[in-house]
Amino acid sequence: MAKPGLDGHDRGAKVVARALRDAGMEVIYAGLRQTPEDIVEAAVEEDVDLIGLSILSGAHMVLFPRVLQLLKARKASEIKVFAGGIIPDEDARKLKQMGIRAIFGPGTSLQAIVDAARQLAGKRAS
Amino acid sequence: MKKGVPGPRSRERPPSRPTARLSPVARQIVSGDRRALGRLISDVEAGRTEARTVLKELHSRAGKALVVGLSGPLGVGKSSLVNRLLQHLKGLGRRVGVIAVDPSSPFSGGAVLGDRVRIDRDPSDPSVFFRSMASRGHPGGLSQSTREVIRLLEAFGMDTILVETVGSGQVDVEIHSIASTRMVVLVPHLGDEVQTLKAGLFEIADIFVVNKSDLPGADRAARDLSELAQLSTPVDGWRPQVVQTSTLAPSGIVELWNAVEAHEQALRSGTQLRARLTERADQELRSLLLARVQESLDQELRPTPGWETLVSAVVDRTSDPYTASEKAYRLLLRCL
Ligand SMILES: Nc1nc2c(ncn2[C@@H]2O[C@H](COP(=O)(O)OP(=O)(O)O)[C@@H](O)[C@H]2O)c(=O)[nH]1
Ligand SMILES: [Mg+2]
Repeated sequence: MAKPGLDGHDRGAKVVARALRDAGMEVIYAGLRQTPEDIVEAAVEEDVDLIGLSILSGAHMVLFPRVLQLLKARKASEIKVFAGGIIPDEDARKLKQMGIRAIFGPGTSLQAIVDAARQLAGKRAS
Repeated sequence: MKKGVPGPRSRERPPSRPTARLSPVARQIVSGDRRALGRLISDVEAGRTEARTVLKELHSRAGKALVVGLSGPLGVGKSSLVNRLLQHLKGLGRRVGVIAVDPSSPFSGGAVLGDRVRIDRDPSDPSVFFRSMASRGHPGGLSQSTREVIRLLEAFGMDTILVETVGSGQVDVEIHSIASTRMVVLVPHLGDEVQTLKAGLFEIADIFVVNKSDLPGADRAARDLSELAQLSTPVDGWRPQVVQTSTLAPSGIVELWNAVEAHEQALRSGTQLRARLTERADQELRSLLLARVQESLDQELRPTPGWETLVSAVVDRTSDPYTASEKAYRLLLRCL
């Protein structure tokens, strides 16, 4: 779980991280103000199955595609990416086309996020 | 002070040994493939047999790094110290692997591993590799796989390994079996509590760090600890040192690293090093063998009719568990 961009608080991301832990997953919490380069390097070193990005700043159309691009460059495209935050429908559609696997708006239940993460991460995260 | 310690190396990879006879994965590791290293560590953690093969190949390339353990209660600033040490070690040209172990939840088996939050580094810098590990139920948080991950990081070319663990008596004992220099990190008010442990405390660490020395009471805590340390019996001429640090300013980081190097120097020039290494190898062989025997017992012996007969005989009291276990032992030897 990481929070790219400059916006300053990570309550939501922490709540999701804890819910995933309580569902039996190991979550690397990378924290605030992560650049796409930071996030992808962390994903490679930690060999994660899934990257969760949380964003409120509105920079998602720049930052998310960059994460996908860097994963590809690192030959790590098997690592899936999902996202949460305030993302307009129109953008969400485009991001999904680019390869973001799931996008959750502010009202999404934790259970829905946990289910999606479990399904995306597949067997290895069990 | 630095004499005898593996010297600062250039940030370039050290000249490598021939790799032609290595398997493809082992070759990726020694050639610095970070993605391959990340994946292999997962295989090691999961105990996959393919990983074992690579570990065998790479064993002879490991064993030269300086392995430093940092343990202590949650929140004393271990990860923040790792961050500052990374900055200092970069200046010394060292290549550093970090392993940060956090407890798994006993309820769900999951974990939130948050040590990276404190680390501020250039993600494109190849001289650092940071890996978080969940303890996965192993008491004390360190396990066979921690030791194996250290080996992989060494084979990858790291000359310094920092291992962060959340401290408890158990970890402090176990870190002995993997780290050459052990730090226990405390904060000013914990200095008081620790005093009650008195002499026994000094067997669990080579260096005591009083972190958060920007807070009141640090000088007193450090002084009290030093006084106690003076009472301990030196090993290879080394008595535990007490170093005050703050990761805010920062301060004391250079002194802390100098203490590590001084301890390594004492180890190298002393008589205990070989004995320690021998004890470690002995322990590791023993635990691997126990695991192997247990596997045979559970997978080969217990499913056999011979085992069932012995169990029934004990239930029916036609035999006793002592005699039956002796017989079972002879059956097991045939399985091995
Ligand atoms: N005042 C002060 N706070 C510190 C210092 N080092 C770390 N902290 C704070 O202590 C908290 C825990 O730090 P962390 O490095 O995560 O501790 P760990 O759990 O031992 O790894 C954080 O809020 C840090 O900002 C220090 O030297 N002085
Ligand atoms: Mg920590």
